[in-house]
Amino acid sequence: MTIARRTLLATPPALLLSRVGRAAEPMAIGFVYTSPVGEAGWTFQHELGRRAVDKQYGGAVKTSYVENVSEGADSERVIRKLAADGNHLIFTTSFGFMNPTIKVAAAFPKTLFEHATGYKRADNVATYSARFYEGRYLAGVVAGHISKSKVLGYVAAFPIPEVLQGINAFTLALRQVQPDAVVKVVFTSSWFDPGKERAAADTLIAQGADFLTHHTDSTAVVQAGEEKGVPTIGYNSDLSRFGPKTCMTSVTMDWTEYYVGRVKLALDNAWKPTDTWGGIKAGMVKMAPLSDAVPTAAASDMQAKQADFMAGKLLPFTGPIKDQTGKERVPAGSSLADKDVLAMNWFVEGVQGKA
Amino acid sequence: MRLKLERRPEASRFWFYLSPVLAVALSALAAAGLFALLGVAPGQALWLMVVTPLANVYGLAELGLKATPLLLCAVGIAVAVRANVWNIGAEGQFTMGAIAGGGIALLFGEDGGAWVLPLMLLAGVAGGLVWAAIPALLRTRCNAHEILTTLMLTYVATQLLGYLVHGPWQDPEGYSFPQTKQFDSAALLAPLIPGTRLNLGAVFALLAVPCASVLLRQTLAGYRLRVVGLAPAAASYAGFSQAGAVWLGLLVSGGLAGLAGVCEVAGPIGQLTPVISPGYGFAAIIVAFLGRLSPAGILAASLLMALLYLGGEQLQITLQIPTAATGVVQGMLLFFLLAADVLVGFRVRLIGRSVAAPAHA
Amino acid sequence: MPEQISILALVLGILVATVRAATPLLLAGFGELVTERAGVLNLGVEGMMLVGAACGFIGAVTTGSVLVGFALAVLAGLVMALIFGVLTLYLMANQVATGLALTIFGIGLSALLGVNYLGTPIPGLATRIFPHLADAPPVAQQLMLLDPVVWIAFATPVLVSLFLYRTRPGLVLRSIGESHEVAHALGYAVLRIRLAAVLFGGAMSGLAGASLSLAYTPMWTENMTAGRGWIALALVVFSTWKPLWLFVGALLFGFVTIAQFQAEALGLDVSPNLLAMLPYLATIVVLVLISRDATRLKLSAPAALGKPFHATT
Repeated sequence: MTIARRTLLATPPALLLSRVGRAAEPMAIGFVYTSPVGEAGWTFQHELGRRAVDKQYGGAVKTSYVENVSEGADSERVIRKLAADGNHLIFTTSFGFMNPTIKVAAAFPKTLFEHATGYKRADNVATYSARFYEGRYLAGVVAGHISKSKVLGYVAAFPIPEVLQGINAFTLALRQVQPDAVVKVVFTSSWFDPGKERAAADTLIAQGADFLTHHTDSTAVVQAGEEKGVPTIGYNSDLSRFGPKTCMTSVTMDWTEYYVGRVKLALDNAWKPTDTWGGIKAGMVKMAPLSDAVPTAAASDMQAKQADFMAGKLLPFTGPIKDQTGKERVPAGSSLADKDVLAMNWFVEGVQGKA
Repeated sequence: MRLKLERRPEASRFWFYLSPVLAVALSALAAAGLFALLGVAPGQALWLMVVTPLANVYGLAELGLKATPLLLCAVGIAVAVRANVWNIGAEGQFTMGAIAGGGIALLFGEDGGAWVLPLMLLAGVAGGLVWAAIPALLRTRCNAHEILTTLMLTYVATQLLGYLVHGPWQDPEGYSFPQTKQFDSAALLAPLIPGTRLNLGAVFALLAVPCASVLLRQTLAGYRLRVVGLAPAAASYAGFSQAGAVWLGLLVSGGLAGLAGVCEVAGPIGQLTPVISPGYGFAAIIVAFLGRLSPAGILAASLLMALLYLGGEQLQITLQIPTAATGVVQGMLLFFLLAADVLVGFRVRLIGRSVAAPAHA
Repeated sequence: MPEQISILALVLGILVATVRAATPLLLAGFGELVTERAGVLNLGVEGMMLVGAACGFIGAVTTGSVLVGFALAVLAGLVMALIFGVLTLYLMANQVATGLALTIFGIGLSALLGVNYLGTPIPGLATRIFPHLADAPPVAQQLMLLDPVVWIAFATPVLVSLFLYRTRPGLVLRSIGESHEVAHALGYAVLRIRLAAVLFGGAMSGLAGASLSLAYTPMWTENMTAGRGWIALALVVFSTWKPLWLFVGALLFGFVTIAQFQAEALGLDVSPNLLAMLPYLATIVVLVLISRDATRLKLSAPAALGKPFHATT
């Protein structure tokens, strides 16, 4: 009796009536976003994946998303609501959702969870991320051919491993083209504050940077470059429309194949709690089309390295690699193991900044 | 013809209780209009917003959980405001309470024992106290206005938390992510009702209501505080020190905010992370005023605000209404509440244009 | 290497960056200063700025004219301030709560309004005026970046000062802020003047928001002011309600923010979190230093600030 009443209260009267006489239920899939979807940026790329799932499976699935979910105590409630509301597969798209996802997964063993950029799994929790640093490596190649002042600027949000991997890969590739170039890093302490990113970009340019890139969620850095005639490389999405003359390319992530694949596994009851960390070869990291302003040498160098990635031949963190203090971190002939890449908390030689 | 407000000789008890009802009714209408504009069925949306979140035990517990930090911070802020002390920095005191309590958890959590948790809670209160003591000192000794100092210190506290979870207190097994290790069970607030997240913090919040009431109305310190706030000249004539009121107001609100902070990290979050509050300290200011600065009113207001947050989430989940709409609805509700409250102290009169000149007999 | 950048370009770069960072703070701050000098505390600056930013952007994108954008932003700020004014001045609502409600409302409203304009790129104000800005030599480029909004932001302190201290209406406004009862007894239309002050504050906040979405970072995104409205409010308090100190405060805050990034980019070995605290700590320290004289502080806060006025005669 109480259960019936609770269900009655939980379901607005209009919806109740529509539940009567439904045929095979489409699988409900939920997405939890940490920021607004917008038209570019981290969440937008995940949203593209969601839309691809919708398009691919039509009536067999019913997707929904919740945006702007704060990473504190609220996220657990939202994730739990999605599970309690009958979502069979839930994607939580930010590191800060890791522990809430694990907690909710324990309470809902039949529901499947996919957590992005985390490291905790369970019987019903898979993790996934992309080797963004491979794209950063290619970005470094392009930048190396273009920068003349040998000073490059990097506006980053927080010194977490994913960001440091990117900065390091960028610098390593850059210094293969220009061995004495320097990358100056400035942290804005915010994933999203266009004004601060702008101020940081202005500062870097004032200190002689003639090439900028960023690991933040807004388009401010690319716009700063466009305004001042400084070439840039964007991040997350193709930001060329914000810098038609100066944005050389962007390091983007493509979750569509991964999402479509995982949903298929869930539909076929073949889902397993895996850990996926795909890069360029897996199609999870893609470079936006190169601008016409990119010199041919840069383009062909980048394309060659891209082919190496596709063939699985290129490992950016192959020694010898020294860190900022001169200490050797990766000896010659060996490559940094995945778990060390995951926990990266140091900068390579040539980076000026504090990790 | 125009409307004129006439002050009532004494506050209308009728409107005191009815104005919130009127405001809620008006906002429901306005919200319905907004939902219709956004293309969703207004009735369904309103139902989802205010009824569905409370439809089960978990939902009710979440209401309590969400209302707890609001209630604690708001009671403290109200006490301070009564002394004409504007504590805009409850968010920062919340953060410092979390840091202090979290520090104890990280230091002693492994040792276990029943004494860890009380020590953490005390540390949390102390953390908030200390962070509020700084603006109190700056105001009483250096005349620095607390609106500025409390607000600036909020940002400083957030950066300090960021520094700690990224640097010295980082979980060594955490792959260099900015977070501390998860607290051991001895350092966690257990749920009061199994299957929910409602914890001891809610009890503290509920206790804070009568305690603040007693403080304000039955103690000499509270009396002095209120007089200083209402009539500073009379207060100084009576020998009530303004500095004393400033200290009391800030310390009480700092301590309560710090308690809210440690309860949040020892409860639902279970560790220290860069983001521990979605803005409780600021929302609590509104709760304090919605509750008309009285502890009992604040209890009701905090539940209402918490419901609005939960409802907004529900609207997003079920109808995909953007969170922005929740903000608009919250704002409108507040406007109506604040507007309707005018009827408590003032009477609305229609003044005719053709008023005959008063006859001089 | 950095030696290639001349010292002049570096210093100029820092100055211009500081000035541009301070612009929204100056605009919103001086609007709020006038409001508070009239005795009204409007905590809704952040909300008004955001609605101004959104409406300004929408106006510029729809009509292609950035002037229309700015006009719309000012109008939006006025409307938001009007809501606040009616509630607090005529319906005697509590000013603190109403201001906060305005902020929440403004954050939500701006997001709703701007939802179709996310991710729309437009050229910045400076580029519209100087189409070859991107190719200009460094020193000239820095000067060209000082767009009209920056000039307005720097003219504002002068104009507001002149108004407050050298004109009769300014004197009346200040007296209302000190004692509305006396001003009323003297026959001044307290509520109307306060409303005008509130509306001015709203217009300036709207303009400040548009300075972000049309000039500094030409885009619209939710919550793009990222707390600048609160900083502007804090700076008004910091300034002890005096225009000169507000000007100093805005520049100080802008400068320390830029300096923080400069230090990082120069390779200073300090945690970015600790560096990020600097603007806020600097503001407190300077406030303490200038507030030590008790009598000066008591005399500078508008005595009637935050108190509702109800005419009984």
